[in-house]
Amino acid sequence: MELAQTIIAHYNHWITIFLMVAGLYVVVARGNMVKKLVGLSLFQTSVYLLYISPGKIIGGTPPILDQGIEVYSNPLPHVLILTAIVVGVATLSLGLGLVVRINEVYGTIEEDEIFEQGDDDE
Amino acid sequence: MIAQHVPILAVMVPMFGALLATLVRRGDVAWAIGLATTLATAALAVLLLQRVLIEGVVSYAIGGWAPPVGIEYRVDLANALVVLIVSAISALIMPYARTSVNAEIASDQHAWFYTMYLLCMSGLNGIALTGDAFNAFVFLEISSLSTYVMIALGQSRRSLLSAYQYLIMGTIGATFYVIGAGLLFTVTGSLNFVDVAERIATSPYDRAVLTSIAFITVGIGLKVALFPLHVWLPNAYAKAPSVATALLAATATKVAVYLLVRLYFSVYGIEMVFVRQPVVEVLLVLSVAAMFFASFVAVFEINTKRLLAYSSVAQVGYMTLGISLASVTGLTGTLVHLANHAMMKGAAFLALGAVAYRIGSVNIDRMQGIGRVMPITMGCFVVAGLSLIGVPGTVGFVSKYYLVLGAFEKGWWWLAFLIVASSLIAVFYVGRVVEAAWFAKPDVEMAQVKDPPLSMLVPMIVLTAACVFFGLDASLTAGIAGQAAAALFGGVQ
Amino acid sequence: MKLDVVLRIVTKLMLPFMLVFAAYVQFHGDYGPGGGFQAGVIAGAALILYAIMFGLEQSMRVVPTWVVEKMIPAGVLLYAGVGAVSFFYGENFLDYDVLGHDHVHAQELGIFLVELGVFITVAGTMIAIFYGFAGRGREE
Repeated sequence: MELAQTIIAHYNHWITIFLMVAGLYVVVARGNMVKKLVGLSLFQTSVYLLYISPGKIIGGTPPILDQGIEVYSNPLPHVLILTAIVVGVATLSLGLGLVVRINEVYGTIEEDEIFEQGDDDE
Repeated sequence: MIAQHVPILAVMVPMFGALLATLVRRGDVAWAIGLATTLATAALAVLLLQRVLIEGVVSYAIGGWAPPVGIEYRVDLANALVVLIVSAISALIMPYARTSVNAEIASDQHAWFYTMYLLCMSGLNGIALTGDAFNAFVFLEISSLSTYVMIALGQSRRSLLSAYQYLIMGTIGATFYVIGAGLLFTVTGSLNFVDVAERIATSPYDRAVLTSIAFITVGIGLKVALFPLHVWLPNAYAKAPSVATALLAATATKVAVYLLVRLYFSVYGIEMVFVRQPVVEVLLVLSVAAMFFASFVAVFEINTKRLLAYSSVAQVGYMTLGISLASVTGLTGTLVHLANHAMMKGAAFLALGAVAYRIGSVNIDRMQGIGRVMPITMGCFVVAGLSLIGVPGTVGFVSKYYLVLGAFEKGWWWLAFLIVASSLIAVFYVGRVVEAAWFAKPDVEMAQVKDPPLSMLVPMIVLTAACVFFGLDASLTAGIAGQAAAALFGGVQ
Repeated sequence: MKLDVVLRIVTKLMLPFMLVFAAYVQFHGDYGPGGGFQAGVIAGAALILYAIMFGLEQSMRVVPTWVVEKMIPAGVLLYAGVGAVSFFYGENFLDYDVLGHDHVHAQELGIFLVELGVFITVAGTMIAIFYGFAGRGREE
């Protein structure tokens, strides 16, 4: 019973782990380059949750100073994750940009079809 | 004024350079900006090292917020050495870049290339200098994203594919790192390395800390190209523009190794990493596997750039081997090899860049007899190659000397034997290139080829000379590395 | 291009409010949730909505590509420049205290300028990403 309670009480971590593993699986298992990037984004999203969820303090308000409020949520994780989201956007758009260029020169975005075309230099 | 702000200036000067280079959008102006900023940064790095040697640890609080609240740049000998490697190599490659970039990259993309070059340098210096786990992640991504762009600017269409693959792998690596840092943050509530180290020691939640060691090892392992996480590296190096390859091979993996060392020794501490987690065994096996497997693959490689890339994987194996010895001597070997490998790989890739510039290919079968028509270029390559093997009188010997010494200290004579044996494989892959370059007769077409212009030759010769100079007189490099290693060990005991 | 009247009118009605909201999020960031990142994305989204409704050519007449490409480094330059001002007063990088006569005002001014830089860069980046993808395959 106690174990079950512990498992349920940490539900945020279970969501994190599910997203993490699902994202990583998509990256590894899919040959479609856009789908791989979708998986990668999912994987990164799980990290946002990993940081944000411990930052919430039950009963805490947004971390803006005001009279009569004493319990604030931890603002640091939000700032960190804002940065991580920006990094994620940059990575995703660069990745998609590369996929667009790859599609232009190879005519496909399936990895195995591209490898069939071989290396031009050798 | 400058001396006070050196730590942040080493990051911000190339960053400003990158911003100005995008604003002007003209290739030649961007190059001039790049040359000025890289030279300035190299001067700053020398200043920083000098300051650290005199004053000891230099701490710089960003925004005037005292650590651990604010971001702290904390510089000891280990970072100062890494920053000097990155800055000096970048400054040396910049004069070379002009001709090579003009030949390899479309003219409307020159400014972008220099921007990415400077951003990458800024990011690498940032990783080396910061004392904040999350700040390190941000700089890791700055340097990685600019690296992906540089690789994608390569000539072949395969460059795009290599850049994409590296993007996937690199992002997974960085995300693993950030998961590890996140676990540390949830346990300690801090991101400052020094503060985290103090709080770990008294934390009751060591299971999360042990898990974070695993995540961080895998994450940085991807960036380091630790065997078997190295698959992105040969393609990325082989398909990037020559200048980018030289920069990456000489600096990027070194900084990642440094970050691993910093986290292992300054944050987690030896007890946590080497006793409670089987890092010694894992790193030892993987390093030895890298030394043999990657060297073996290199022997059969036709494309010399890819050959050297595999050799880089093997050389990274020596660096991680030094960490896994978990002794001052072993760590000295690692740190001195950071500098030494930067010199030899820089020289070797610059030589290949010159070959690509003259004959448009770096495949071994196209390089028959090239040594007779480009004697200086291939001469540099031979010296760098001898250094890769570890012949006495070159820097490679110095690194291997410390590693073998470290192995004997532990009584692992078999490891010393393996280090020497793996060096023998290097004889074969270097030998194949040397044989093709010097012993074959150049054909009619080849006879027309000459050594590249002086702007390309000088950086190459300087790096090659450094290979020999620091090989004969290692007191400077090994001295600093030894002191840094001792400090890294002393800080946690 | 035949445009739906309802969509076109609604878009035109929404655009000023989106931009005002972006400005609100930007300036209210000192006192409440908000700031340059969010405001930049909202402003970028306004232009992207305009481009979706009225076509890329039309939106490139409002904000040309070269402007976008200058916005990205200009914003970072503003940020870094504010940080570098403190060098001249002998303080550490990004120490806003040198910008005003007392701590609170100086910090507020510093944050304001830095967030303005963030706004310019983020809005520029959002538009640049959209232009980059939307404009692809047209010129060839």
